[in-house]
Amino acid sequence: MKLDISKVVNGCRLGSIRHLGKNADQVLDVPGCILYTRSGAAPHLTQETLETIEKMPAVTQVTLSTLAEHQEVLEDYKAGAASFLGVPNSVLYCSLHDPASPFPTGFMTNKTVSVWGSGGRIEMTPSKFMALQEAVKPDWFQSMADGDTSGQHTSWKRVRKSVDRTIVFLDECLKLQKESPNLKNAQVFGVVEGADDLEERVRSAQETAKRPVAGFVLDGFQKHTMSKELRSKLISAVMAELPDDKPRLVQGIGRPDDVLDCVEAGVDLFESFFPYQVTERGCALSFNYSYQIDPETEVLRKNNAVNDEVTGERCTEDLEGQMTSFEMDLKDKRYCDDFTPLLHDCSCYCCRNHTRAYIHHLLITNELLSGVLLMIHNFHHYFGFFRSLRQALQDGHLDKLKQHLVGHRCLDPQKT
Amino acid sequence: MPVGTQGTLKGITVDQLEALGCEICLGNTYHLGMRPGPELIKKANGLHGFMNWKRNLLTDSGGFQMVSLIELSEVTEEGVKFRSPYDGKEILLTPEESINIQNALGSDIMMQLDDVVSSTVSGPRVEEAMHRSIRWLDRCIKANKNPERQNLFAIIQGGLNPELRKKCLEEMTKRDVPGFAIGGLSGGEEKDHFWKMVTLSTDDLPRDKPRYLMGVGYATDLVVCVALGCDMFDCVFPTRTARFGTALVPWGSLQLRHKQFAKDFQPIDPDCECATCKRYSRAFIHALFKTNTAAMHHITIHNIAYQLTLMRSVRQSIVEKRFPDFVRSFMSRMYSGKGGYPEWAVEALASVNIALE
Repeated sequence: MKLDISKVVNGCRLGSIRHLGKNADQVLDVPGCILYTRSGAAPHLTQETLETIEKMPAVTQVTLSTLAEHQEVLEDYKAGAASFLGVPNSVLYCSLHDPASPFPTGFMTNKTVSVWGSGGRIEMTPSKFMALQEAVKPDWFQSMADGDTSGQHTSWKRVRKSVDRTIVFLDECLKLQKESPNLKNAQVFGVVEGADDLEERVRSAQETAKRPVAGFVLDGFQKHTMSKELRSKLISAVMAELPDDKPRLVQGIGRPDDVLDCVEAGVDLFESFFPYQVTERGCALSFNYSYQIDPETEVLRKNNAVNDEVTGERCTEDLEGQMTSFEMDLKDKRYCDDFTPLLHDCSCYCCRNHTRAYIHHLLITNELLSGVLLMIHNFHHYFGFFRSLRQALQDGHLDKLKQHLVGHRCLDPQKT
Repeated sequence: MPVGTQGTLKGITVDQLEALGCEICLGNTYHLGMRPGPELIKKANGLHGFMNWKRNLLTDSGGFQMVSLIELSEVTEEGVKFRSPYDGKEILLTPEESINIQNALGSDIMMQLDDVVSSTVSGPRVEEAMHRSIRWLDRCIKANKNPERQNLFAIIQGGLNPELRKKCLEEMTKRDVPGFAIGGLSGGEEKDHFWKMVTLSTDDLPRDKPRYLMGVGYATDLVVCVALGCDMFDCVFPTRTARFGTALVPWGSLQLRHKQFAKDFQPIDPDCECATCKRYSRAFIHALFKTNTAAMHHITIHNIAYQLTLMRSVRQSIVEKRFPDFVRSFMSRMYSGKGGYPEWAVEALASVNIALE
């Protein structure tokens, strides 16, 4: 794989990761996201429904939280997770944890980390971790890491320990990889820890960068209580220590405004668990990610936007499971007889074929199809956001996109 | 006819349903009448418009819910009083109201409101229900605002009593309806009684109108009842059992959530051409059940494909004049190694000159 950065605009990197996959012919554009899965498959979707989504990301994320419990099955199967999952040509990135499921703190040790599967906690040493990678056979995987620093009051000592352990784990994993013919072609991503401590962040980045890794994963930014300013400061400090020619993925960041902040700090890749979370609360992504202004549609959009937005104070803090300002709540009574699509200018399967009233009905009656249709729309919208982001960087209009994204709900329809 | 009770086939898009070759599916008047209600569906251009299904729809009248939701209902000559499980409100479902809702739903085939009694009940209640169903049929016919486009079917009742069934049939066939359903026979009665009532009904139903056997869906029952002269069937079984992890196959069924399938890397049925069997293994679906609703959808698609393929094969064998052979080979595959054929099926098939080895 090779990362080509074609442009850097205000700290934002625009480019592509090439030569991915079995035939080295797949491309992942950056800044971009990777496909979120549960037990290796997109949530709620079969291959047919998934394929209605245009321009899917070239890389799929699988997680050890959902795959670790199937280690024996995968070992017996022998051909690797992509084949087992029915998507033999997919490019897989294997992470430790499921970004949509927080894990309990206090279980990592000097020699092991744990993931939580459907049957409970699964503990792994570097050996077991690498055995799992041999069974999964991913194209990329994050090295084993101790990122258990999101607790309320993580002490400096604990943060330091997580950085130390993660480096030790990385060295172990790299050593085991050398000894494993099956993992010869897999790309290892080093994990940068350090919680909210600047020095530890820099130390972690420096040490990780010394190792022969293919890319970097930034962990520990999932904490909702970390201020945007601190997060950007820490990420920028980390990036300063990392080589330019290797991709950087940040874990646990999904909200569009957070994505923009991270892109400006130099992040290339994101997970796509956020559209899944939106789906689970019966909501549809509705934020505007265009930056081109067409006066006619602008009026329409403003009017629609205000009708759809919940007026009044809206909490912008995205606490666990709480609705954000980027989405509309289809369970709301107001949609019960709204026969327009979720978004009038969305070309996804759901918006082309169904109405708000129908989705509302499916949610009220607890029907499974609601998850299917909302997941299609939400993935579609999210991937569209990243496409627009890349285009905005290409055209030099990032500021306009930001304005539309963050500012639109404040617009007064009277002042057109 | 797969069942999409609340205006959706659980977890499956209309595109997927079309791709499976489904021509007609069911919606339910009671459920849709409650939520979202006929007025709203009318605004949505009927149930077709609401769910965006371009093919055919059949709606049940709400009659069966009288039996299945018995705690909530009370039957009088006027209609059925239901207490809504959602908000405790009392609803009176009369023949007129049932047809009104079905007119709003705009289904291609509508069912009369019948006085449904569980087939395990006997005595005067059964006779009362049979006579009332005839009177309600007449009220339904009168209430139908759309006889040109919406086909109202009568439902033969009479429980497990041959005389009552015959009487009901005699009366109902006097009415000029486009089709007849055989009702009251899918509620856990003895199979022995079941097939005899089916065959009695098909003996005397007009040959030039469709016969719809309601609530029948196990593969064996489908094949035997085709032999006895039935044309159409509906059942929630294939889709409901799918959601519980059970895949239907020509030799029985596989409960994919069982440990034994954890390392079974073949498809559900190696001969099946459905999207699930073409791409996924039993082991994959087994694993997927832990975290992802898609597991249910994969099996739902397979089970619908199984049933539609079964019926297609039945039709093909009839056209090619080899139906009895088809039945024999079907039964042989289904029951080999299971200690013989079910007696009732042997008898039923023998009654129409299909002998099983």
